[in-house]
Amino acid sequence: MKNNIPLLKRIRESRLLWPLIAWVLILVFDAIVEPGFFKLGIIEDPVYGKHLYGNLVDIFNNGAPLMLVAIGMTLVIATGGIDLSVGAVIAISAAMGAVLINPALGNKLITNDILTKNATNTPLPIIVLADIAAGTLCGLWNGLLVSKARIPPIVATLILMVAGRGIAQLITNGQIMTIYYTPYFWFGNGYILGLPVSIYIVAVVMLLGWILVRKTAIGLFIESVGINAKSTYFSGINEQNVKLLTYAFCGLCGAIAGLILSSYVHSADGNNNGLNYELDAILAVVMGGTSLMGGRFSMLASVIGAVVIWTFTVTVYSMGVPANALLAAKAVLVMAVILLYSDYSRSLITRLFERRRGSQHGTTN
Amino acid sequence: MTDSQNIVRMQGISKSFPGVVALENVDFSLRKGEVHALIGENGAGKSTLIKVLTGVEHPDAGSIELDGNLVQVRSPQHSQEIGISTVYQEVNLCTNISVAENIMLGHEPRRFGSIDWKRMNILANQAVKRLDVDIDVTQPLGNFSVAIQQMVAIARSLEIASAKILILDEPTSSLDVNETNQLFDVVRKLKGEGLGIIFITHFLDQVYQISDRITVLRNGKLVGAYDTASLSRMELISKMLGRSLTELDGVSKARLESEQKKDKQLLLEAKGLGLKGSLEPFDFELNANEVVGVAGLLGSGRTEMANLIFGIDTPDTGSLTIRGKKINRFSPLESLENGIALCPEDRKAEGVVGDLTIRENIILALQARYGWFKFISTQKQYEIAQKYIQLLEIITPSPDQLVKYLSGGNQQKVILARWLATDPEVLILDEPTRGIDVGAKAEIQKLVLKLAEEGKSIIFISSELEEIKRTSHRIVVLRDHKKAAEYPGNVDDHTIIQTMAGIL
Repeated sequence: MKNNIPLLKRIRESRLLWPLIAWVLILVFDAIVEPGFFKLGIIEDPVYGKHLYGNLVDIFNNGAPLMLVAIGMTLVIATGGIDLSVGAVIAISAAMGAVLINPALGNKLITNDILTKNATNTPLPIIVLADIAAGTLCGLWNGLLVSKARIPPIVATLILMVAGRGIAQLITNGQIMTIYYTPYFWFGNGYILGLPVSIYIVAVVMLLGWILVRKTAIGLFIESVGINAKSTYFSGINEQNVKLLTYAFCGLCGAIAGLILSSYVHSADGNNNGLNYELDAILAVVMGGTSLMGGRFSMLASVIGAVVIWTFTVTVYSMGVPANALLAAKAVLVMAVILLYSDYSRSLITRLFERRRGSQHGTTN
Repeated sequence: MTDSQNIVRMQGISKSFPGVVALENVDFSLRKGEVHALIGENGAGKSTLIKVLTGVEHPDAGSIELDGNLVQVRSPQHSQEIGISTVYQEVNLCTNISVAENIMLGHEPRRFGSIDWKRMNILANQAVKRLDVDIDVTQPLGNFSVAIQQMVAIARSLEIASAKILILDEPTSSLDVNETNQLFDVVRKLKGEGLGIIFITHFLDQVYQISDRITVLRNGKLVGAYDTASLSRMELISKMLGRSLTELDGVSKARLESEQKKDKQLLLEAKGLGLKGSLEPFDFELNANEVVGVAGLLGSGRTEMANLIFGIDTPDTGSLTIRGKKINRFSPLESLENGIALCPEDRKAEGVVGDLTIRENIILALQARYGWFKFISTQKQYEIAQKYIQLLEIITPSPDQLVKYLSGGNQQKVILARWLATDPEVLILDEPTRGIDVGAKAEIQKLVLKLAEEGKSIIFISSELEEIKRTSHRIVVLRDHKKAAEYPGNVDDHTIIQTMAGIL
């Protein structure tokens, strides 16, 4: 039944194949153009001790927030929805953290001395929980609008996309808040066994997400809703709750991404934290082969999609392209992805595969 | 017969899709001036054969000869260019523009670069006159009946190229008797002009009415080509099904037997159940082991009744009790937990989840009942799927086949399996045999009676009177969104039809 499918065919039909090919292509390009690109070294950090450094480490460390958002976005898109608000959720989560850390919180007398003190009145676990709760609430709000109020997802999440950055600024009182609390920096800058903490966070979220969707019936229900919501409802499945769950999970992922991001840059900026992340996440999901129409999905493939985007970004930077030209360079990537993923080029490649197999074996399977 | 008379000769045509062999070494030939019926159950390969001939699909093997010359039909457009015209089941013309525009679209006569309207109308008029149809071609197409639209479609397909072959793919499925006769007059006229006509239909009456020869396909293989005059109807059906007709007779016998065994035990009761704008309050009782047929014309409230009992719609009056327990919350999940199941009328939109596998489709409702966290293990899923694939004789290479690749009858069985897996007490079947072929119909009818015998109670909704009469112990007739009458299963057709029509 399941295992009779030949290995080659299984590889060819795997969702991971395409994003991996894209990744390898970029890496090959790097190897040719930028001989020092893959250089890895060990460096001694005054705070975090010995750890690896190099472009590859940067790709995973800087790309971690996008990977997280891509994981959440995958489930939303699999139900046939979309979440445009993840960038704003990142900003809200970052703002939440910054405000709670701020030692001036609750103090009547605020001096510059207090503001820049490396201390906080809020315990770190509370800060983390508040971050996550804020993001999850945002996700629930989106989910309620989509599932119960039946507002089209693109409109429903547009509300928070616009309003969210305003909310983030309300939280920080319109200021860009700098964070001066070393333990908080661990999430975005720390290392465990020489590798960035953020990588471990992505791995844990990925694992939890995988257990959530593949070890329970939720994954099946998500796919079923995405393919045919009406049939799914007629089968006795509460499709509203399924959708609600995916948006809440996406909010949760956005919140953790915001935590890492604000920790990495030591500040919260309502206008710029997580800017354009929603679009990058959608691109990552599309690269991962999950259809924007909903249905079958792979979170791991989306994560690889996010890695591709960041490999591309780091490549562009290391070639000396100025940061403000990055978007133009990205457009090239988007175009390449769209062309590569079009039905036309897919059937072309499938036919190539088949012709070769046909000439080798003469028969099919 | 010599080959020179053949306009088309297809030899050894094979075509496979992922997991399915749609055509295997099929031969087909069409002579000049004949109407050739292409017959087979759903999934027999009729439409694939036509798609190969019209260039929609490319055959894996085999050859096509046109007028004795080997051709490769590259695309639908190419097939038109070489004289093959097709008219499909659904009229795919624009109803909002004129008949003339529809006929000439894309081939408009031009004068100084702009469309020559006058000449276009004259040409279009000639085109419909050729079919002995007398209509004003400047009127919008939507003003005419479906039959006329169908003929306009034929006129268009003949106009586009000098067609030698006309393919009619279930052209009569939405026509009434008079309209069908009108269409057949046109077909005979074209036949007289020497066209070869391929006629695909599910209606056997029409096959005998119009065709000269019959090619029968079954499971992607050629059964044979026969002269219509020398093939009796019984022979034709048994060739289509690959088995004898006694099975069909067995259905009604089984019903009579199960009726005798029946002892009345009230299972489901609706009292004054109704919803404004959907169905007026009605009383309804369903006993254990009973099949109750629901008859009525299209729009009489059949599906509305199913939706009310299953909880898709929430009633605003009356009550529904099952096993004496009153139902308060109406939703599919609630019904599922109360042992009520519904196989909906619109199989594609409300039934199957096309991109999921057969296995996933079958366990869907059972999993819904178990909830999110009590996940049915993959191994158990295969066991359940395998069990129902065998029980219901679902034809598929594997339980991992995507449901969208199955034929209509097999999709219906998958939905049935989905609900049977939850072991319901009440099974509502809304048009379970719509759009599926004779053989699968009989199978489903037999299955219904078997299920009733095994203790299930069934509400059987159908627009086919014969089918309701064959299966039901009692018959409820709906008319104009209300329950009009209830009869015992042995009532005569006349009474039911009169009730449906509002005479009784």
